[in-house]
Amino acid sequence: MNPGVRLPGFAPLMLLGALTVLALLIVLPLGVVFQQALSQGFARYLEPLAHPDSLAAIRLTLLVAAISVPLNAVFGVAAAWAIARFEFRGKSLLVTFIDLPFSMSPVVSGLVWVLLFGAQGWFGPWLMENNVKIIFATSGLVLATVLVTLPFVARELIPLMQDQGADEEAAALTLGAGGWTTFRRVTLPNIRWALLYGVLLCNARAMGEFGAVSVVSGSIRGQTTTLPLHVEVLYNDYEFVGAFAAASILAGLGLVTLVLKSFLEWRHSGELSASRRH
Amino acid sequence: MTAAALPSAPSRLRHRWKQPSILPGFPLAMGWTLTWLGLIVVLPLTALILRPWELGLGGVWATLTEPRVLAALRLSFGAAALAALTNLPLGLLVAWTLTRYEFPGRRIVDAFVDLPFALPTAVAGIALTALYAPTGPLGAPLAAAGIQVAYTPIGIYLALMFIGLPFVVRTVQPVLQDLDREVEEAAQTLGATHLQRFGLVILPAVLPALISGFSLAFARAVGEYGSVIFIAGNMPLKSEIAPLLIVIKLEQYDYAGAAAVGLAMLVISFGALLAVNGLQFFLARRGRA
Repeated sequence: MNPGVRLPGFAPLMLLGALTVLALLIVLPLGVVFQQALSQGFARYLEPLAHPDSLAAIRLTLLVAAISVPLNAVFGVAAAWAIARFEFRGKSLLVTFIDLPFSMSPVVSGLVWVLLFGAQGWFGPWLMENNVKIIFATSGLVLATVLVTLPFVARELIPLMQDQGADEEAAALTLGAGGWTTFRRVTLPNIRWALLYGVLLCNARAMGEFGAVSVVSGSIRGQTTTLPLHVEVLYNDYEFVGAFAAASILAGLGLVTLVLKSFLEWRHSGELSASRRH
Repeated sequence: MTAAALPSAPSRLRHRWKQPSILPGFPLAMGWTLTWLGLIVVLPLTALILRPWELGLGGVWATLTEPRVLAALRLSFGAAALAALTNLPLGLLVAWTLTRYEFPGRRIVDAFVDLPFALPTAVAGIALTALYAPTGPLGAPLAAAGIQVAYTPIGIYLALMFIGLPFVVRTVQPVLQDLDREVEEAAQTLGATHLQRFGLVILPAVLPALISGFSLAFARAVGEYGSVIFIAGNMPLKSEIAPLLIVIKLEQYDYAGAAAVGLAMLVISFGALLAVNGLQFFLARRGRA
């Protein structure tokens, strides 16, 4: 029984309203990115992307994500194993701490590393003496990215593993399988799609992060500018076509993420945490 | 597991913080979790909590009551609250449409709701600026009507709406999906008007979800940086958000001042979220009574 069937005239109005909201607020900004990037033709679009600084920015973005995402994936699996498979005191406090980065401003997530490792940071003088550079270097970008993306994988795995329960693992152990074998042959197959889902979201955020990395980067062209920071550098130099061309790559990444995410929700909805099944 | 629950061993139970289990790997998993959290979250946060006090209590107070800091905090929290409030009816409308109507392309529209999650904030920032700048496709007609959006607090509000909408839609949507259609139909059979059905049946059911959606959107918007700074104009006292002030203080090597503003943001956010949770608790209790 669809209320729309009984209320002619009302449903189309609601539909129109909702689509207008989404078109104005969400689709239009996305469209503008590509329109601006291609506004002076395809050749002019490719030109800024082929610039060495742009290529360096793309390489750096991939490098930072390639380090941060696996680290947080391993953390997510370990945290989910500890939290969803064992009963201990202080569990909810632990979960709160895992969620904490989600409620921090990205700028604060960058700031905290400067407070520790910046020139006047707690460990700044020691780092300077030993000639180790963290702030304004790749390792600072990685630290900021790791902090911002820390909850993503854990958040997908904990509710799923809590739902699944430990029966299958307990059965495998009782039948004589070792701990690692049980994890590899029982747990991992059960959580693989949720793990992939978490990694997907984690990666999208890692590659697109702006606020946290902008604080620790120093935006040295061709050296510490990730692709989102490169967008800002070009934009502030009034190189609008270049800025939007670089932005279009990131928008493409966002679109691919959305497609894969929707595909996982559609094809493997039973194997994702309950909040993702729609 | 059952042994620990036996009342015959109360002393052992009191000292044991973890219940026994046949599953292996607890020390490794827990050890890794705590080490990583300690290094990535706890240690940096400790610096954020401790460093402002290098200025002394008076110094922190002086920093936070600088007119520029006060204006930035007011703007960040005010615009975030306003944007999250605006997103409530809009998000409800979108969630309602997606759950109640079948229309071609519904799945695609549904997927697009998450775009603000997936689109890097800097991209959203320059895109919104291009749209709403006085020469932009939406900014030009608005400017002709006397409304300047980009480089004013209205632009900030708009960017925060963009960022917050999916939070409201995604918290309300599952509740609408599970809402018992029979109750609505019963209300209709009993002669309730549209407005009565909405106000007396649907709204009370989705209110807790709306409040959660509000607090998620608000929390995200308060700290938002990338999508805002391009469209904000960043005029001190007028359109300068608190996270930008942190960046400015860092550039001046005023670490303690930057940390003070960051800590204040965190504390106010927590206070606001506690208040929202309290409201939710109150509503839940009243609903049960």
